Amino acid sequence: MKPFNIHITGVGGQGIGLLSQALLRGIDHAGITAIAVDTHGLAQRGGIVISQIRCGDGVHSPLIMKNRADLVLGMEIHEALRGASLYLKKGGTLVFLDVSWQPLSVRLGQTPEITLENVETACQISGAKAIRVEIKTMDDARMQNMALLGAVSKNALIPGVTKVHFDAALEDLLSGDMLKKNRAVFDAWAV
Amino acid sequence: MKKTGEVLMGKDPFEEIFMGNEAVVRAMIETGTKVIASYPGSPTPEIAAAILSIPEDQRPFYFEFSVNEKVATEVAFGAALNGNLSCAFFKSVGLNVALDSFVQLSLMNITGGMVVVLGDDPGANSSQNEQDNRNVYRMSRVTVLEPSSPKEAYEYYKHAAALAIKEQTVVVVRLTTHVCHARQKIKFSAYENPAPSRTNFSRANGPYIALTVMALDMKRKSIQKLKRAGQYIRQAGLNTEIKSNNSRNKGIITSGLTFLSLLDVFELSSYRPDILKLGAVNPLDPEVILAFLHSHKEILILEELDDILELQIKALAYDHGVKTKVIGKTEDEDFVGEYTPDKTRDKLSAVWPDMVIPSPASPALLFPVPPRPAQMCPGCGHRSAFFAIKKALEKEDVTVADIGCHTLGYMPPYEIGEVLLCMGASTGIASGLSLFNDKKRVVAFLGDSTFFHAGLPGLINTLFNHHNITLILMENGTTAMTGHQDHAGSVIPVENLLKGLGVESILSCDTYSQSKLTELVKTSMAVKGISVVIAKHPCMLKYSRQKRKQPGFVQTHVDIDPEICNQTHDCVERFGCPTFTRKPDGSVTTNLDLCIGDGSCRQTCPEKAIVFGKEAK
Repeated sequence: MKPFNIHITGVGGQGIGLLSQALLRGIDHAGITAIAVDTHGLAQRGGIVISQIRCGDGVHSPLIMKNRADLVLGMEIHEALRGASLYLKKGGTLVFLDVSWQPLSVRLGQTPEITLENVETACQISGAKAIRVEIKTMDDARMQNMALLGAVSKNALIPGVTKVHFDAALEDLLSGDMLKKNRAVFDAWAV
Repeated sequence: MKKTGEVLMGKDPFEEIFMGNEAVVRAMIETGTKVIASYPGSPTPEIAAAILSIPEDQRPFYFEFSVNEKVATEVAFGAALNGNLSCAFFKSVGLNVALDSFVQLSLMNITGGMVVVLGDDPGANSSQNEQDNRNVYRMSRVTVLEPSSPKEAYEYYKHAAALAIKEQTVVVVRLTTHVCHARQKIKFSAYENPAPSRTNFSRANGPYIALTVMALDMKRKSIQKLKRAGQYIRQAGLNTEIKSNNSRNKGIITSGLTFLSLLDVFELSSYRPDILKLGAVNPLDPEVILAFLHSHKEILILEELDDILELQIKALAYDHGVKTKVIGKTEDEDFVGEYTPDKTRDKLSAVWPDMVIPSPASPALLFPVPPRPAQMCPGCGHRSAFFAIKKALEKEDVTVADIGCHTLGYMPPYEIGEVLLCMGASTGIASGLSLFNDKKRVVAFLGDSTFFHAGLPGLINTLFNHHNITLILMENGTTAMTGHQDHAGSVIPVENLLKGLGVESILSCDTYSQSKLTELVKTSMAVKGISVVIAKHPCMLKYSRQKRKQPGFVQTHVDIDPEICNQTHDCVERFGCPTFTRKPDGSVTTNLDLCIGDGSCRQTCPEKAIVFGKEAK
């Protein structure tokens, strides 16, 4: 398989770790070689979290070169635009949650908040496909990651990886009530 | 669900996706590592997390969080003198703390063998610098293995353990951030039975007292040990040559994760130089390197951070009259930052412009995205503390920060903490700043874990030398920044310790009592000599995670009552909890994904517009 690069980004506390592990294990269940890495300096303190997954043949470092991601997943609108600007390749796909966790300067009134329109315009100009995941109906924020995973599965965004593979990945990572709840969200967004 | 602890303890060979830090723990188990000690610090805390995922009664080894990295090194060393294979692990700058003991290790006959796993942080992702600890290894005369991937981290730890046992010495496994945190599928070997615990220290195995003439004899022995380590490295084939069929007589010497960056650049190259990948970065193997130099016309030494390999290899080439062109670092920027695939490509393009195929033009950044600096969590006791303390400070007062979550107080809107060096340095710096200083009052900050780690000598110095400072101890009951590890404060209450030291002015309150804290800080700062304010509140990230797991838990939150709010904006601009969201029309709402319903913000609103949500009533 040709190399396929996934750049995942968001804010500390959004559950990027589980999302990234579910994707990595899903890819592995599909029989595709993969390597991943998280970058989360002070993520727990509301900083940026980045996770990168690279799979296929001829893939070595877990780090993706700039503008070479086939797929960017953004858990938050500012980070979605930042991630896409830095990493998405021409003609790649951006999937993002329509959620805003305002950075400090926005809250201090020094810079404007990034809007849905900004992201859509940016994608249009750079020839990227944008998929917006709307989650206003969800009451547990900590499962927003499963909505994003559902969108990846539904749109078959990773070649050769399907819902059964992500199902198996979730079984590796979760059990009991947590598995049930996360799976319910995943299922709802995967169809 | 695959439970990490159970998988790690599996008896049969298995394949699993593991992080570099987790893979190292399996290697510890397989090699019979018996005593492990650490002080938490990124990029290595997941080693401890993986260890703690094994229930204590099932662990085939003893593990402790020591009070700092130096003590961890000493505990591991002591245990190894009893004949146990031991390990200490910590972060890059932790070696500075451990150094006084660490530099002695190669002089010692460590009967059980000792491995030190060190996580360097190129790029300073979560450290105060990106120091290259390879600078220290020559002085310390230790063998250093450097894996490039999680799979190699597992394999190299096993080599390090075997060599440490064979030579009764210390061996370092040098990890870097993105090796620690990378994940891949790894094939693991079988694990037999736990190693026996040994207590057979004998001074006959020594000498262990490196004084006067003995120190020189012990140094001579350590030189011999390092030479024999070189033989082990060669026999184990840790330095490998990767030959290309279109090298154009060029070669690259590299190591660690930079090796993988190089392979990615090769995927975009018109030709591929041969590679000499060094699995051991100390000691270097002169024969292997000379052979590689002789067989190429041009050699690039591709190394992250400092020019450690370059200087040694150039010296070797000079001594042997090698005519090969040796290229190393040429620009200042070559010394800075991680050698990501991007940076590696740029370096190669500069050295051999015909080699790398130019990368496609990057799409323009259409909208500037505001930066997202780290900040204190919703409900953090430190936020209440800084909000309250700011009211007690005069403009000219000097505030000195220390390492920990409270370092983030330097950011707006608090801007408290104007100087920072390293763990435990605040009281010493503050003491120096207080000399000849009658006008500006000096306030030092210190977290509770850091207080035990390296803060005590500085505090004792203020007493001994009668310095005039106020120390604010930010007590949250845990080592929060690195993931809530326990510290000595759970058995030694900080207040008792301060009293025992003879600190006369100790004031204390919960940081959520903001006006009281303001008053206490004012009172304390009026005291001549050392005065301490203990500003306590449990880490709310840890607390709210525990709460959430309890049956019947209901998540509460606060709302802003738009009828009462008159847009003073103290909540967003002065208290600065990330929960508050500012709308373009100036109105403020709460982000329900973030709010933990602690209500510490309510006292900050002059109009009392912050109210508890309906579920809290």
